[in-house]
This record gives sequence, C-alpha cells and structure tokens, in this order.
Amino acid sequence: MQPTDITNPDYFHKVVDCQRGCPAHTDVPGYIRLIAQGRFSDAYLLNRRTNVFPGVLGRVCDRPCEPACRRGRVDEEPVAICRLKRVAADLRDNIRDRLPTAPVEKSGKRIALVGAGCASLAVANDLMPLGHEIVIYEAQDVPGGLMRSNIPSFRLPEDVLDEEIAQIVDMGVDLRLGTEVESLKALLGEGYDAIFIGSGAPKGKNLDLPGRYESDRIHIGIEWLESIAFEHIDSVGQNVLIIGVGNTAMDCCRSSLRLGAKNVKVMARKPRAFFKASEWELKDAEEENVEIVVNHSPKEFVVEAGKLVGMKFELMEYDLDEQGKIVAQRITGETFVPCDDVVLAIGQDNAFPWIERDLGIDFDQWDVPVVDPVTYQSGCKNVFFGGDAAFGPKNIIWAVEHGHQAAISIHKYCRGEDVADRLKDGMHLSSTKMGLHEWSYSNSYDDAERTLVPHLSLLERFKDLDFEVELGFDAERAVREVERCLNCDQQTVFTAGLCIECDACIDVCPVKCLTMTRNGDETDLRERLSTPARNLQQDLYVSAALPQTSRVMVKDEDLCVHCGLCAERCPTAAWDMQKFTLAVPYAIDENVAPEPEQIARKWGI
Amino acid sequence: MSFIAKPKVIHPQSPRNKLGLTVRDYEGGMSTLCAGCGHDSVTGAIVQVAFELSIPPHRMAKLSGIGCSSKTPAYFAKQSHGFNTVHGRMPSVASGANAANSDLWYIGVSGDGDSLSIGLGQFCHAIRRNVNMLYIIENNGVYGLTKGQFSASADLGSKAKKGAENQQPPIDPCRMAISMGAGFVARSFSGDKEQLLPLIKAGLSHKGFAVIDVISPCVTFNDHEGSTKSYEYTRQHFHPAIQANYVPPSEELKVQYKAGEAMPVILHDGSQIILRKVAGKYDPTDRASIYSYLEQYQQAGEVITGLLYYDDNLKEMHDLSNIVDQPLSMIDHAELCPGDDALQVLQNVWR
Repeated sequence: MQPTDITNPDYFHKVVDCQRGCPAHTDVPGYIRLIAQGRFSDAYLLNRRTNVFPGVLGRVCDRPCEPACRRGRVDEEPVAICRLKRVAADLRDNIRDRLPTAPVEKSGKRIALVGAGCASLAVANDLMPLGHEIVIYEAQDVPGGLMRSNIPSFRLPEDVLDEEIAQIVDMGVDLRLGTEVESLKALLGEGYDAIFIGSGAPKGKNLDLPGRYESDRIHIGIEWLESIAFEHIDSVGQNVLIIGVGNTAMDCCRSSLRLGAKNVKVMARKPRAFFKASEWELKDAEEENVEIVVNHSPKEFVVEAGKLVGMKFELMEYDLDEQGKIVAQRITGETFVPCDDVVLAIGQDNAFPWIERDLGIDFDQWDVPVVDPVTYQSGCKNVFFGGDAAFGPKNIIWAVEHGHQAAISIHKYCRGEDVADRLKDGMHLSSTKMGLHEWSYSNSYDDAERTLVPHLSLLERFKDLDFEVELGFDAERAVREVERCLNCDQQTVFTAGLCIECDACIDVCPVKCLTMTRNGDETDLRERLSTPARNLQQDLYVSAALPQTSRVMVKDEDLCVHCGLCAERCPTAAWDMQKFTLAVPYAIDENVAPEPEQIARKWGI
Repeated sequence: MSFIAKPKVIHPQSPRNKLGLTVRDYEGGMSTLCAGCGHDSVTGAIVQVAFELSIPPHRMAKLSGIGCSSKTPAYFAKQSHGFNTVHGRMPSVASGANAANSDLWYIGVSGDGDSLSIGLGQFCHAIRRNVNMLYIIENNGVYGLTKGQFSASADLGSKAKKGAENQQPPIDPCRMAISMGAGFVARSFSGDKEQLLPLIKAGLSHKGFAVIDVISPCVTFNDHEGSTKSYEYTRQHFHPAIQANYVPPSEELKVQYKAGEAMPVILHDGSQIILRKVAGKYDPTDRASIYSYLEQYQQAGEVITGLLYYDDNLKEMHDLSNIVDQPLSMIDHAELCPGDDALQVLQNVWR
C-alpha cells in the first residue's frame, strides 16, 4: 500500500467516527470534553456552530453519531453523546452576548425562506451575520415546523425550542407568521435575490383500505400530532392502534397514553429487525407498556353502524436468508383487533401544490423536486431547497446541514459566484504532549458502563402532556459519561523517519492494532496484522518504509482506544498524540478563508 | 514508565488458546523500563510464546537476579510463580526450585551483568548441572541501572555514550555455554521476533538447560553511533546461521524437506525443531567447528544468530542425580522424610 496521506482532512475525519457520522460534523469529542471541564457555555457554542439547535437536538436528535461511536465496537454501548449535548444546553450560562449578530451595514440582498422549520432557520442563522435581509414565510402562527408540531412536548419542552429559535430570529429576521405561500411564481415576482424552500414533507401517508372513509376516528399520524401540539385534540379512545413502527409511530403511541388511552398497540407488518424506529425510541415506548405487535398486515377498517370497532389484519410469515433479508412471505391467517381509534404513521410525502410546474424546477416520479445534492440549487437558478423538502423525510440534523450548505450556495449566488466552487474542509493537528507521560486529554481508559438517563416515574409522567420524561444528566453523571469517550480526535500520528523499530508500541498496545511488517496490498496486509483487520469500514494507516528494515508500520484504526501508550512507550517520539480539528466551511467563511488554528484557539481545544 | 495502567479492554476478535485465554492473560504489570528498551520486546516475546504454547500460568516459574533485565519477570505472567534472587544467584535458586518441583516450566531471565560478571560462576555451574530450564540473557553490553558502564559482554572498540572505547575483551555467553557443555545454545535479537519466538518455544520444550543470548539494545546508554549493541548496528551486522522453526507436538510437519536441506530434531515432548542452514558450512552439532566459526565472526564484528548448537543426548539434572520421576514437592512428607530411624539405616549401609 502507499503511505497514508494524513494531510488530507478526510483521513483523520474518518477516524472520529461520531463526527463523521453526524451530517453536520459536530466536533463531538471536543464539546463533550468541555462539558467534563464544566465549560458548559463553551460546549454549547461549539455545538451551535455546527448543529444550530443543541438544546433541541440534545433531546430529540436521531443521533447517527451513536451507532457510529467506536465505544460501541469496543464494549457494545456507545457514549451517550446526544444526552451529553443536552447537558451543555441545560447547564450553560446566559450566552446571548456570544451569539452571532447581524452587521449594521447590509449587503442589499433580500432572501425569502419558505417555512420556519429547522432548515430555513439554519439558513437564516448563517446568512443574517453576512448582512443579508431575510424574510421567512410560515403558514402556522408559531415558528418551528415539525420540531414543534410533530415532536410531543413530553420529549421537547416548548421553552427550549422557543429560545433556540429566538437566538436566530432576534438577529433581525423578518418572520411572517400565518402567511402561507400559495404560489412560488408570485413569490418570485416579489424580486427576491434568492428563495430557499424549507417547507418540509408535510403530508402524512394514507392507507386506502376498505372502511377508511367511514369513520372520523382514523387519523393521519403527523396531522394528529400537530392537532395535539396546537391543542385542537385533547382526548382519544381507550383502545388505540398505531399502524407503522417509525419514530412518528412512537410519538403517536406515547401521546395516546397521555390523552387517556389505556391500551395502545403498535401494529407492525414485519419482524422487529425491520423496524424503522430508533432502538431507544422503541425502548422508551415499551417502558410505558405499549405493546408492539409484529407480523400483522392491515387489511380492513371495521366500522359497524358508523362506529369504528376495530381492524382486520392478515397474519404474515417471512422466510429470511442468511443476511436477514426477506426472500419469501406468506399469509397464514387473519385476525380482528378491536379498537376505538387508529393512527396511521406509515410515512410522509412531500407536497408542493403551490409550486407551478413551468418555472424550470423538475420533479421526479415521487413528486420531489430535482435538487443538486451538493449545492441544493434547483432547475430555477435562484431557488434552493433543503430539509425534507429537498430529498424527502430525513431528520432535524440533516435539515440543519442542508441549511448550512444552501446558505453557502445562496451567499455565493448573491455575489455572482459559481455555487459549485466551494471551500474544502480544512484541518489542524497539534500535539497534546504535556510532559513525559502526560497528555492534555484524559487518556486512561475508563471501563464504566453507559450511564443511564434518569426518567420521570411512570406514575408521574402521564399526569400532563407537557411533563418531560427524560430528566437529563446532572453534572456528575455527565462527567462520568464523558470519561467513556475514547477521544478519537486525539490522533495517533506516526513519523516513519524517527522509528528505530524497537517494537515497544506494538507490545504495549492493548488492542493489538499495530504491526510492523513487509508491505503488501490491502487485502494481504489486513490478514497479516497482529489481529487481522476485518472491519473494512475502517482504514489502515500505513507508514512510509521504516529506516532500518524497510518494513512498514501499519495501524488498524478500527478499535484503537486512543490511550496514547504507543506514544508514551516510543523512545523517539515517532508516535505522537495530536488533536485533530476539522475546519468545516460555512457561508461566513466564503468572505474570509477558514483558519483552523484560530478556530482551535478560539474554542480553547 | 507510564502513569496509566494498560487498559483492560481487549480486541473482541482476539484469538484464544487451548485454555481459553487471550494473550493479555499472560501479561504482567506495566513496564518501568525506559521506553524502547529491548527487554520489553523480549517480555512481549515470552508473553506471546506462553500464550501460543497454552502454558497454564500457574505451572510457570519465572526467576531472575538483579538488573534491568531482572526486572522484566514482573512484566509478564502475573499469575505465575516468581523469584527475584540476589545479584547473580538466580541459577542456584532455579536449581533448588527445579530440584523440588521438576514439573513446572522454568524461565530464568538474566542480563549480561547478572550472568557474565557477578554471576558467571553460577551460570557455568547451572550449565554443568544441566538444569531443565530456559535461561534468557538480555544482553545490551552496558550496566544500565548504574548509568551505562561497559559490561563484560561489551565488544572491543565499542564506544560508550560519551566516547570512551572499551579495551577489555568480551565474554561471549554462547561460546562459553558451548564450552561448558550446554545442549541448547542460541542467539537472537530483541528486534526480530520472527526469529526469537520459535527459539523461545524450542528452548522451553528442550529437556535440559537452554540458553538464549538475546541482543537487547539499551535505548538510553547504548543505542548511539559507535555502539556495537545498538538497534542499527545489530540490524546491519545480523547474520542468521541456522534458521529454527518450531512445530508443536500436536501438529504434523506440513512441509517435506530434502535430506541435507533441513534437519528435524524431535524433542522429548513430541514437538520438533526444524533446523535449516542459512550460512554456507555450518553444522549445529559440531562443537569444535562452531567454536571457531563464532570466534572468527566475532573478530569481524558480526553477530551470528540462530540455534547455534544443539545436542539432545544429554542427561538433565534429575537424570544425573537419579531422582524419582515424581516431583519431590508432590511426595507425601512422611515418605520424603522418613525420619531419623530411616537415616540411621541408610548410614549403616555405608558403614
């Protein structure tokens, strides 16, 4: 193999699994270390740079960082990253004077954002400090989009959402509530320099089975949640069936319990391995005694004398292959399940009845606009899309990242620049060596198990829809959990020319991830390592030829616990532990090139 | 040394040996030697061998004297028996332990000071007694613990860190062992585990005294230009004379060798050592020719390595003394020490 090019930010970025897994590339190890130091405000602001809504995301993020976390490969349970994020938001001081502000001098550009959800708000957050004038159109009377209407308040308290939206709007955004955009053509006619569409995927999928329209007790999940959020609905029958097992279904079943339901069943067509809901959301629902019924395919709504009495299901049986894929399915029977209400939570569709089809914007077969996956520009050059409106339903953190990218495009477009010519990621490495055997991070491996978040008791939590179930970590629990972090941003950096091939690093490595051997191609090398490197998702770090024997040093990045012992035992400092800082460019960096060293110094990391 | 303990975490795919243990189960405490010390690498090799041979940790005894080298038994096999003796006296204690319990795996770890200076006499007599043990000399040519004076194995002309040249002739532990009648004499290098691992395995399986002289550079006092025991010098002057492969008792020979190319030696426990010549005329059973061969190359400053001499026809200590097969420590005390009356009867036999 060729020596690994560690000057490419991509290489070490991949080692920081959580940061890589996060669509917005939040510097997870960086901010959770700040939490452990009690620097909650700094941790919050470091978070906010990338994900804009730390308080919201600390509660309801889909947390792609956690399945990616290296700790999950080393001892099964990843670090509770998401809940740590919440700690930063809960325990921080007043940070108002440290938030971005809009300059007095304006750019003269006017930009319209459609929808006041997370994508649009992220765009506003990035463009306001550049002096652009931002107008947000929102159909509802309150901003927040699906963050407000679809996430029940027992998971996301309103004041948290309000405060983080205010941080953006208070920069001077012209927020026009209760103003639905009915025609894109008309909006274009108002002379905006650019338009961003972040109107989400607001249409819940229907299930068109016999009996569907004979009762008013059959609800579309996201519309039903919205009605609860805006207090149009405050009760439900004793027996509720939820159709579908996505995260929306979990919100629906738990909301039902709070509206008075006693017996809630989530009906799934397939076995558990095929559920779309996140494992932790399933667990939270099951903790509340929601029954999840598998292998039941909806067949018919049963309505007697105008009253919904239950649903008929086909009982399914599946044959799986070795990879767990379904290869055959059979119907083995039929059953009737009585109920008073049915909530359909089987997915969402985009809906753009207000976009005229002659504006140059192409729509694909699912009626989703065709959008450039990098620039988020549509066929109509001054119209940009982001969030669920761009590529169909995803989640908040993806919408935020779309917002950042769209903001870059919009800023460049307004300046008459090529939107595709974007700044690349930068990086900075700095040694964390403090003394002979001291590092500026906590390098000792802590074998503690994942810290559990305290929950409100089952007796208390159903008393009010607004009682938040998760109570969050206190500072002590947070510190304990941070110690579980493997500090993957503390990179093992190797200088081949200094190595005397004494084997010290290889002998001391607790997970046997280092090998000195003759070079070969990747497949060959992977099998010849101290422990064969069979996780192909994780790279090999290959050195240049070593001075004395021309062998190469190979590191399998997979399970390195970043304990730094290789660097401590190295007599020549050929190994060093260096803090990696990824410099992700934002719209504001288009004005001034990013200086990673400054970023690192500014945040004290 | 490091402030943190080596993390307990292991690679989930770590191989397990016949006892179900991982290589981590054969480790000891964190090394307090200088970072990069060759001795740590020898420790690593012993750990690996004990793991691969599936030695039950409680059936292993590790002994040492005084010196940097003699600290190393603390860094492997933390569950095994251990004894740190007085300087240079490890061979006596090992002989005693072995006399009492012949049923353990004995590993003695010593250094060039402990074996070739203060303990030279002890070393020679352990060879003569043919104690059944593996005796590793971690040889770095200097007294590291006392700040780097030349030791008895320092080569003529080798330079100390501050430039002084060694004027006294070196003692070569391999030639000495051969002349004293050892049946297993090998030399290797801490920086070449490919060679060292099979030698340690073969040495442990050999019945009788097996000595391995391991060139093990001192990174602090003897790894500079002008030193003849540095990593770089050793790598440049390293000549394997005989390659030794170890085949455990349970495995069959996978490769067939043509006569003359390789010499398989079957050990008492059924394992085999396959010796293959690397350097031209070299016969690992011919003491006289080896002796001059080694001397000639030593004069030229070359380091000849491999299983240099092998003789499996020697009687070990228990055979020489006509001791019963059962370890003495396992014999009931009344039977082992039948009392004064029995002693009188015995003495009367010779009166």
